[in-house]
Amino acid sequence: MTALAESRISRTGDEQRRHRRHLMVRHTKNWIRMGLGIIFLIGMLFPVYWMLNISLQGSGTTLTSSVFPLHPDFAGYRTAIADQGGHLLTSLIIAIGTVVVTLVIAAPCAYALAQFRFRWISWALLAILISQMIPGIVIANALYALYQRLDLLDSIPGLIIANAANAIPFGILIMRSFMLGVPPSIVEAARVDGAGRLRAFLSIVVPISRNSLITVGLFSFLFAWSDFVFALTLTTKGTIVPVTLGIYTYLGAHVANWSPVMATAVLASIPAIILLIIAQRYIAAGAVGGAVK
Amino acid sequence: MSQAQLAARGREASPSAPTGPTGSRRWRHWREEIAKTLFVVPAAFAIVVLFGYPVVKNLTMSFQEYTIRTFFTGEAPWVGLTNYVTVISEELFTKTVINTALFTVGSIVGQFIIGMLLALFFHRHFPLHGVLRALFLLPWLIPLIVGSAAWRAILEQDSGILNVTLAVFGIDPVPWLTSPDVALLAIILVNIWLGIPFNLTLLYSGLQDIPDELYEAGALDGATGWRAFWNITWPNLRAVVSVVLMLGVVYTLKVLDIILGLTHGGPANATQTIATQSYQRSFVEFKFGEGAALSNILIVISLAFAVVYLRATRRQVDE
Repeated sequence: MTALAESRISRTGDEQRRHRRHLMVRHTKNWIRMGLGIIFLIGMLFPVYWMLNISLQGSGTTLTSSVFPLHPDFAGYRTAIADQGGHLLTSLIIAIGTVVVTLVIAAPCAYALAQFRFRWISWALLAILISQMIPGIVIANALYALYQRLDLLDSIPGLIIANAANAIPFGILIMRSFMLGVPPSIVEAARVDGAGRLRAFLSIVVPISRNSLITVGLFSFLFAWSDFVFALTLTTKGTIVPVTLGIYTYLGAHVANWSPVMATAVLASIPAIILLIIAQRYIAAGAVGGAVK
Repeated sequence: MSQAQLAARGREASPSAPTGPTGSRRWRHWREEIAKTLFVVPAAFAIVVLFGYPVVKNLTMSFQEYTIRTFFTGEAPWVGLTNYVTVISEELFTKTVINTALFTVGSIVGQFIIGMLLALFFHRHFPLHGVLRALFLLPWLIPLIVGSAAWRAILEQDSGILNVTLAVFGIDPVPWLTSPDVALLAIILVNIWLGIPFNLTLLYSGLQDIPDELYEAGALDGATGWRAFWNITWPNLRAVVSVVLMLGVVYTLKVLDIILGLTHGGPANATQTIATQSYQRSFVEFKFGEGAALSNILIVISLAFAVVYLRATRRQVDE
């Protein structure tokens, strides 16, 4: 503080002017950087914008569409909801189911791997890391044969279980890295007061680890909502159609009218957009934690 | 719930247990161990069923004639290495492997370079820097099939905005997704677009972890700009870089959504990869044995990279 005050006193008018010019240059540079950032972002998000734009074009052929939806026409959305509304609902149920299954299965395991001293912990972590690398098509191949016997093909529980495969290892790793920081003493205190391990876990560890549970919940939702491989392979009759499969079916035929396709695509992007707006910090935590820690 | 009840009941029972003090202590120790283990049992079961079983099942399937008939008759005769011989000796196999390699390498190089440049760009603070960086994540959060659909509309030969724009500059329409010459390039470009947010996010967080003092000390020695990057940033980022690259490879190898959504492996198998071929065999032709053989080849390739990845993370932990 004193050094700062001294330097301010001793600074001559010339130095002050130079300092001010330096600040102004930095200021200008910052604005240029922001401008560049916006340009990069526009480039990056153009496909998303274009999707929105075409979804609002009435005629539907991309040739006649204008660059801005000056006369928005919601016919595409009417068709999309009529065709795919049920599929959106199916995806929503599957995604919520996956979140519940993932949290119930992964959270206790994450806690145990973080706090209990098992001799085989490093092996368990290795298995979890490797399991994340097994291609979805391998799991689909085997689950198809299994589901055929268990009568789980074309069923919502079947898809929930398959989607949990993506989310459980990820969830364990994220929550474990968070729960490593839970002080064992507070759990012990509750145990002394007569709480069982499960009660102590539910009433103390879960509330403390809330943020990591939210991160995992959000990502499990996105994994299941975005799932295409299992939707494509573990359904055969067309009775259960998640929206990703609905879009794929739209794309399979020659697309004459793009506006309902793009309208469905926009509707299928809503969870991602909502999460990006309201839960951005959790998403950044998940993106980094899942891969590195 | 039952676990808590069990534990509670055990607590009531143990003081009056007829065993001696050592016996009751041993019993309590065992109960503790069982209670602890119960926390991991559901997850262990899930991982065995959802990963262990599929890996083993794929292995056995690949040595069997496992077709749609198997589901009705229950018979899957053992055929040894026939499935592997069939898929490898097929003319398409070489092309599939080359496509997989080009798709993976092209995607990773593009994603990594652009992601790195953007991470360095966003490492500097400027107005709106957090918001802009967050919005970059959007393409990564939307379902892959949605991204594919958007690009299908953009790349359409006759009326897609890309060709319409190129026409303004007098360039003839390019059949992006319908010509065998450019289709692979087109899907690589789309996959680069999809991978940028992931690379940006991880590399950015890696840059954040490099202490500012290193740059300050470097600046005193005259290391600024490029020299600072090569001498300070790059060596300190190495662990993150290897993780990003390995994960990128493992994720790219198994991509199905983008290719099926954009080209369905066509035109003339120009975008067929090992993953799409495996899907094709199993779920279009219902030759599960051959599909399993191909997906096992995919696992072996992925695991080779996984080993590198694990060594990289271990090194990172050690440091």
